[in-house]
Amino acid sequence: MNFHLSLPPDPEITPALIAKHGITPEEYERIRGILGRDPNFTELGIFSVMWSEHCSYKNSKPELKKFPTTGPGVLVKAGEENAGVIDIGDGWAVAFKMESHNHPSAIEPFQGAATGVGGIIRDIFTMGARPVFNLNSLRFGKITGEGGGVKNNRRLFAGVVAGIAHYGNCIGIPTIGGEVYFDESYEGNPLVNVFCLGVLKHEQIARGAAKGIGNPVFYVGAETGRDGLAGAAFASRELTEESKQDRPAVQVGDPFKEKLLLEACLELLASDAVAGIQDMGAAGLTCSTCETASRGGTGVEIDLEKVPKREPGMTPYEIMLSESQERMLIIVKKGFEQAVVDIFEKWDLPYAEVGVVRDDGMMRVTAGHVMVAEIPARQLADEAPIYHREAKAKPAAQPLASIPSTDLREALPRLLADPSIASKQWVYRQYDHMVRAGTTVLPGSDAAVFIVREADKILAATSDCNAIYCALDPREGARVAVAEAARNLACSGAVPLAVTDNLNFGNPHKPDNFWQLRECVEGLAEGCRAFDVPVTGGNVSLYNESPAAAVDPTPTVGMVGLIFDAKHITTSAFKTAGDAVLLLGDLGNEMGGSHYLKVLHNRKEGIPPRINFVKEHGLHESLRAMIGLGLVKSAHDCSEGGLAVALAESCICGTETLGAAIDFGATDMQPEVLFFNESQSRVVISVAEANVATVLALLKERETPARRLGTVTVGGPEAELVFKAGSADFRWPVADLRKAWYDSIPTSMAE
Amino acid sequence: MKAAVIRFPGSNCDQDCFFALNRVFGLATDYVWHKDTALAGYDLVVLPGGFSYGDYLRCGAIARFSPIMKAVREYADAGGLLIGICNGFQILAESRLLPGALVRNRSLHFICEHRFLRVEAVDNPFLNRAVTGQVLNIPIAHGEGNYTADEATLDELDRNRQVLLRYSDALGCVSDASNPNGSARNIAGICNAARNVFGLMPHPERACGASLGSADGNIIFRSILNSLGVSAAA
Repeated sequence: MNFHLSLPPDPEITPALIAKHGITPEEYERIRGILGRDPNFTELGIFSVMWSEHCSYKNSKPELKKFPTTGPGVLVKAGEENAGVIDIGDGWAVAFKMESHNHPSAIEPFQGAATGVGGIIRDIFTMGARPVFNLNSLRFGKITGEGGGVKNNRRLFAGVVAGIAHYGNCIGIPTIGGEVYFDESYEGNPLVNVFCLGVLKHEQIARGAAKGIGNPVFYVGAETGRDGLAGAAFASRELTEESKQDRPAVQVGDPFKEKLLLEACLELLASDAVAGIQDMGAAGLTCSTCETASRGGTGVEIDLEKVPKREPGMTPYEIMLSESQERMLIIVKKGFEQAVVDIFEKWDLPYAEVGVVRDDGMMRVTAGHVMVAEIPARQLADEAPIYHREAKAKPAAQPLASIPSTDLREALPRLLADPSIASKQWVYRQYDHMVRAGTTVLPGSDAAVFIVREADKILAATSDCNAIYCALDPREGARVAVAEAARNLACSGAVPLAVTDNLNFGNPHKPDNFWQLRECVEGLAEGCRAFDVPVTGGNVSLYNESPAAAVDPTPTVGMVGLIFDAKHITTSAFKTAGDAVLLLGDLGNEMGGSHYLKVLHNRKEGIPPRINFVKEHGLHESLRAMIGLGLVKSAHDCSEGGLAVALAESCICGTETLGAAIDFGATDMQPEVLFFNESQSRVVISVAEANVATVLALLKERETPARRLGTVTVGGPEAELVFKAGSADFRWPVADLRKAWYDSIPTSMAE
Repeated sequence: MKAAVIRFPGSNCDQDCFFALNRVFGLATDYVWHKDTALAGYDLVVLPGGFSYGDYLRCGAIARFSPIMKAVREYADAGGLLIGICNGFQILAESRLLPGALVRNRSLHFICEHRFLRVEAVDNPFLNRAVTGQVLNIPIAHGEGNYTADEATLDELDRNRQVLLRYSDALGCVSDASNPNGSARNIAGICNAARNVFGLMPHPERACGASLGSADGNIIFRSILNSLGVSAAA
């Protein structure tokens, strides 16, 4: 059975109602111009969600055009479809994308994060790809110390992780990596950026276009309910004290239903019955109908009486704006309707023929014989107003006058225990990271590595962004984010293929926020050009402000690479006592924006490290060359916490811990700077003693600076990490370092 | 020789099991849909892991009523080899094809990690290529893997040597510290009294090669092939 909808009289369209929909008087005039009349209530709702920042990118579009989006491997470009598609050879391709679910997660962390995962997975299988792994990039306020804020941050962190686990584990897609940071700026406005990658054959690429006049339009998947009403509009506002009342704008996820939908859709896509397919994510039925019509250069007409509904008495406004999860719109080739019936009956999923493709470019919505909305599809989908917001530079960060000193013996364990640096085992142990039996480098190394057995390809993926750098210098911070992602891939033995990004910023109406957005976009674009990786798509999340202030600018970079031979897979943990420890790159000296300053001195200041792309790229090429020759036993990049943290992590992050004896030689550097500076373009590797001379000679030939730092020493309970610098001598039992690093998050979360 | 992997709605390790049996071990393997009612001509039946029916009631509680389960029961009653992995074990317990129940992990968290397992008995079709006391490294991934039964049942399992795998440390020491989920007597896998039905929470299909961190799962597949009289390919 299906429920009838109700058709109450429309409320009067008043300036107050228009404002409540987030539509400005100028935008309203534009709507009147498009329609040639005043919109009715349903149409006003439709415009309000389609012209929200979340759907239209009206504040960010001019900036996004700055990204490089083309390249020889690009099969589907950014913005063309739900996700970009990149060639990986032998007729295979990958579709991947990152998306935010920040606002829903702030209000309702479990469901907010869960439906974020569900949404990004749909974006991938809409392309005809089988999703094979997920990553996520999460940011919360501080979880250590006292105070109500800390308790709430722990609740949000635990809820988000549980929500991601709930959805990903049930649907059977492994969550194999990502990042988690904790910083005051995310207090009350956590960032939840989820990434999904799928694989497909070139000929399987599916399109979200309503092609073929007269083709039937099918609705498949879960029934439409009143959940998530106007979620896209909610996501395009600042969070306030009253935002809790927006809880109905948060959707409820059903991963079991999505698993069925995924299998049914892939089965249907393999049958040649589909002319076009589009998921119903943000703005639900509204977005999927007008976007498919716009892409197809056609019109779409749907009858809301035929839409499967969860409850009686829903109005057209509610049905069109619902963001109920696990739904898809499919344009079926005429004559192939039975394939839909057979497959969706098999999977026990609701389906209904709800409309037809027309030739007049209109999105036409009826309720039985009553017309409830009639809007030119292309103008609704693609002609939202574009705003060139005012940008005002923040005062430039000032150089540090001096570097405060610390008890150095204590500094290293304290840095390792900082939740942003500490082991994330508490997190990824809750994620099924091994289903699909392809995870060959487990979470916790520089990049996740996954063998796609269907395609017999080895993929590496990472997500990176140091938002402290971006707060101090947005352009340089974004450039570093790209470089670090590429470096993580190089450390794993991979060549970068392409990038997806998630731009998390504050309210763009505030000129300094918009300036940060613009600087970061330009920085990302420079980075992507330097490593020759196109941006294949992504997501913009603005209005990330809690009552206190905007979040630090956080342009998260998701980068995917290819490893050509299983022998090249490299991890960050030291392997064997007696191996030599080498540093590729210089000792460095940049302390601005360092975790040392933040964790030990509570200072977020200074000029963050500069990046030289030529040097960085050369480093990656050299590292991959060494790996290709089978000379590298471990490789780990220097990032938060500098060289000292990188060396300690290589000792403690493997299944068995090892020690290391490091001698920096005679130096006049302040030890704090020597150990903890975060200068870029540096990697710690270990090589067999017998290969040291060969490696150093090869690196010299390639003009990559390198030096021997010391030797990997025995593991076990007596293992020590020893740093000698001139006459100074620092020793740490490795067991203590491991405990500080490993127990930090579980201890905080048990409080 | 032919194996069947049953697909329930929400099964998500079905493709991994198929891959292990068919691609790694070269065994002819079919998927069998849960709405089917016959299981003729199979020498091995696998109930794979996943979240059958979303596990929205108790895990496995709805799957036991799937149409195929009548045929599965008849197949097992006739002595056919039946293995349930993770959610498959939960389904076997709900169907009473194996005693006991699998309840929420004592930490209340889902746990995914490699665990050491001590082989407790090898006089069965599932571990005949192992030796008693051998330690296997095979991952677990579950929220409800805490094996529970009354004392009399646990005693009987021990007496009949139906406990085939226990959670241990790397040296084979079984203790509370090596128990990931609170399982009674560290039980990770059991067989029925007739020794032809095996349920285990760890995932041998995720430990079929060094590239996955362990190849110890192979010993279970090799044992099964051995008992079917097939020499293993891998």
